[in-house]
Amino acid sequence: MAAPMLRGCCLGRCWALACIDSGSRHGRGAATGFTSSGKRGQSFVAQQPLLTAQKSRKGEHKWAAVVGLEIHAQIASNSKLFSGSQVHFAAPPNSLVSFFDASLPGTLPVLNRRCVEAAVMTGLALNCHINKKSLFDRKHYFYADLPAGYQITQQRLPIAVNGSLAYSVCVGKKWRQVITKTVRIKQIQLEQDSGKSLHDELRSQTLIDLNRAGVGLLEVVLEPDMSCGEEAATAVRELQLILQALGTSQANMAEGQLRVDANISVHHPGEPLGVRTEVKNLNSARFLARAIDYEIQRQINELENGCEILNETRSFDYKLGCTVPMRDKEGKQDYRFMPEPNLPPLLLYDTASLPAGADPQQVINIDRIREQLPELPSETREKLIQQYGILPEHSFALLNEVGLLEFFQNVIKETRAEPKKVTSWVLNIFLGFLKQRNLAVNESPVTPSVLAELLNLLDRKVISSAAAKQVFEELWRSKGKTPSQIVSERKLELMQDEEALERVCHAVMEGHPQVVMDMKRGNPRAINKLIGLVRKVTHNRADPTVIKEILEKQLSS
Amino acid sequence: MLGRTLQEVSAALKQGQITPVELCQKCLSLIKKTKFLNAYITISEEVALKQAEESEKRYKKGHSLGALDGIPVAVKDNFSTSGIETTCASNMLKGYVPPYNATVVQRLLDQGAVLMGKTNLDEFAMGSGSTDGVFGPVKNPWSYSKQYREKRKQKPHGENEDSNWLITGGSSGGSAAAVSAFTCFAALGSDTGGSTRNPAAHCGIVGFKPSYGLVSRHGLIPLVNSMDVPGILTRCVDDAATVLGVLAGHDPKDSTTIQDPGKPFMLSSLTDVSKLCIGIPKEYLVPELSSEVRSFWSKAANLFESEGAKVIEVSLPHTSYSIVCYHVLCTSEVASNMARFDGLEYGHRCDIDVSTEAMYAATRREGFNDVVRGRILAGNFFLLKENYANYFIKAQKVRRLIANDFVNVFNSGVDVLLTPTTLSEAVPYLEFIKEDNRTRSAQDDIFTQAVNMAGLPAVKILLLLSQNPMPRNQNNSTLY
Repeated sequence: MAAPMLRGCCLGRCWALACIDSGSRHGRGAATGFTSSGKRGQSFVAQQPLLTAQKSRKGEHKWAAVVGLEIHAQIASNSKLFSGSQVHFAAPPNSLVSFFDASLPGTLPVLNRRCVEAAVMTGLALNCHINKKSLFDRKHYFYADLPAGYQITQQRLPIAVNGSLAYSVCVGKKWRQVITKTVRIKQIQLEQDSGKSLHDELRSQTLIDLNRAGVGLLEVVLEPDMSCGEEAATAVRELQLILQALGTSQANMAEGQLRVDANISVHHPGEPLGVRTEVKNLNSARFLARAIDYEIQRQINELENGCEILNETRSFDYKLGCTVPMRDKEGKQDYRFMPEPNLPPLLLYDTASLPAGADPQQVINIDRIREQLPELPSETREKLIQQYGILPEHSFALLNEVGLLEFFQNVIKETRAEPKKVTSWVLNIFLGFLKQRNLAVNESPVTPSVLAELLNLLDRKVISSAAAKQVFEELWRSKGKTPSQIVSERKLELMQDEEALERVCHAVMEGHPQVVMDMKRGNPRAINKLIGLVRKVTHNRADPTVIKEILEKQLSS
Repeated sequence: MLGRTLQEVSAALKQGQITPVELCQKCLSLIKKTKFLNAYITISEEVALKQAEESEKRYKKGHSLGALDGIPVAVKDNFSTSGIETTCASNMLKGYVPPYNATVVQRLLDQGAVLMGKTNLDEFAMGSGSTDGVFGPVKNPWSYSKQYREKRKQKPHGENEDSNWLITGGSSGGSAAAVSAFTCFAALGSDTGGSTRNPAAHCGIVGFKPSYGLVSRHGLIPLVNSMDVPGILTRCVDDAATVLGVLAGHDPKDSTTIQDPGKPFMLSSLTDVSKLCIGIPKEYLVPELSSEVRSFWSKAANLFESEGAKVIEVSLPHTSYSIVCYHVLCTSEVASNMARFDGLEYGHRCDIDVSTEAMYAATRREGFNDVVRGRILAGNFFLLKENYANYFIKAQKVRRLIANDFVNVFNSGVDVLLTPTTLSEAVPYLEFIKEDNRTRSAQDDIFTQAVNMAGLPAVKILLLLSQNPMPRNQNNSTLY
């Protein structure tokens, strides 16, 4: 049963493999779910009556939703994009602010090499073309947490363009069919983060914290190739895993290291795209999916009621579960872009174009970074499938939880149990326990070697599968005990004495003549009932297959 | 002693003819005596005396730091000076004390120079007269020369002695006046469209604009980042070379400075000009050029020719577009650079607290003068999405053409261009303010500003004293 790791995308037909949010493991309510055809770029929601407004008549056009994303990922670096200030989450307010970050007059930006390398590496991992020459621009707007009155970004010529991101969804009756979808990546640009404003409504004050001002961001622009909230959330989840594998961003949404804006429109297939809205600042994958699906539904309702969609910026009210127009017109203003005159063009090299005698500290070699690319999540999954013969959806589940893959691999190393058995235990029982208690993998009291020992006992048929689950529960309660200790203390070993088991079987049959009669009449369920009764008498210490053999032997004699 | 050049006084310090403290005190008392010039906004007396004492100790121990040790210098008030108020002659930055030194200031101090004070300018260096700062106009020291006074007396309309003073030019007029009045031996200016060379011309001193990227802009409060360079004002060319030697070179804090370590700036005692090819750009012979300046220009050319130099007419065909092009690029960068002055982190903040937006608006209205606000408005207009391609992009293309003009001329074998710096000699204040800042800047930058577009070096040197007897000057620019 892999369901706990999977989350329903589209009612009964399309399942996303990424576990987006531990709090929401089951399919969402009907109001936000809809059907996906499973084909790339085509997802006709009208097959789902739920997605058309109640007033719609039969035979009316189907609606297609189009979703594009702008994702801001904070670069994992020691210092900011253009200054030497350190980068830390939750440091005391305004403790990580250089003269440049506070925009003191006369200060100038100096580009952080690490941030450029992170952008190149991310671009390569996302199959982008890396521009050997890219430019910086100023984007102007007045805001209290933007001290210079402009943000330095890469509007005209970004560092990486034309990439792609593959993510997978599962379809089919048993959700065993993995379908890989691709979203095109328009560009990746380097830019500065802003500071934070804290609005104190009571005192009508705004407090500014500039710790975040100037932290390096990767803005990843995904083309509108997605068609529902779940696809978007799954794509974001895959990007998150890639960034974490690369180490270019911690990509923790709760800490604001990964923030998403979604562009959403609906139209009739074959007709031009509809007017789009932008839903800003989606800081959790769950809200991302919900906000997008809400917004799609809202637009369809508006259009079917004869209203127009306004090109506007909206925000998601997670308490009400709906999108609302943003009060400030931030999305509407003219940013008056201008080249950043204090930064020369950013030039990158490959081995072929590297100038002779160049100081390695002064140049960045794209080929060198390509060589350093670590294994990407898709490759890791493929390896798991090849190496252990596990199901594709299980390979997704193993990567979705921080530390789970490592845990799994450590268990495998120390046990003779089948990889499939290990997968099932790790994904269902172990992960289920963690979720119930809201724990991370590294907080588990059960270590990989303890689980491995338990699985060895099971594998050697020392205990039954039911007893193993009992032991596992016990391990959770009494830290420090080994599985063997618990097995002997609780006398959970399987009965090895076949004669004694035969006696028990005989007694059970004597005690339940009606069931025996049923069995003789050919009711196949009756034997299971007898097996259950025998197991109960033996306190789950007998192997069901052995019991079955004995019962069948005694019946036929 | 104060009348000597930097090199001469440096030698005197070494020989013990005068001590750094004595020299500093002499300068301080002259600064006080010439206070009416309004050359200085801040006189850093305490700091200067302390630095002079340190210098004196070094001289006593026999390890002075070099040619600048103990030398009084002044710095335009748009360079950040740690612990010393830096105002840009604007209400916006009154009371602003930077926590760091501009790289050029630090390099002077590291060589033992003694900082006498911060000099006056047009607000945020926007102007060509040093008349548009919040601390009032700078008066040209030559206004008080015996010759000039006598000449004025002959004229019938010289009724009011006080109003007859001449402007210094700008925007580095305070620095030019400070050097010209012997209150220091070198001063830093900034040069975006001629702001170092123009006042140097009007004050009869040397004004040097280095190549873009040769000297760090870190700490220089920007006007136009892509054209600004720190400028050097001295009383002779050798002194300018000495100061340049200290200032030039890569600065990790300014990504637009060149990486090349560069060679020391040693001027050979050039007597042989016979291998020199001097270009006279024909487009610079404009109708507005005063007959006097024109005649000096040809005199200078003749002088070179008579010494064996090859003097030829050259063409810089896009010169006439330079001022309009500059206007678009300058105001656009100004609009951007001034966006940071919102009253939040530093500088002036108004009393209005109805909303953040209202606070911004009032702060900026109170903080900036009309010239600054006008340029911000124009620049934002040029940067609007609907105007960007028509104005900014086109101006950038024209800038490239202007730069190429110079490249073509220098590729054709010309070593140096010989041009005037200004259209005419320094004018009296009352006459100058008849035109607004925008008109004046457009007129006065005409010979100087194209060089900034191309990032070229230029030096304004004193050639002859005019009959007036105002200093006459020529502007040379060469490729390094």
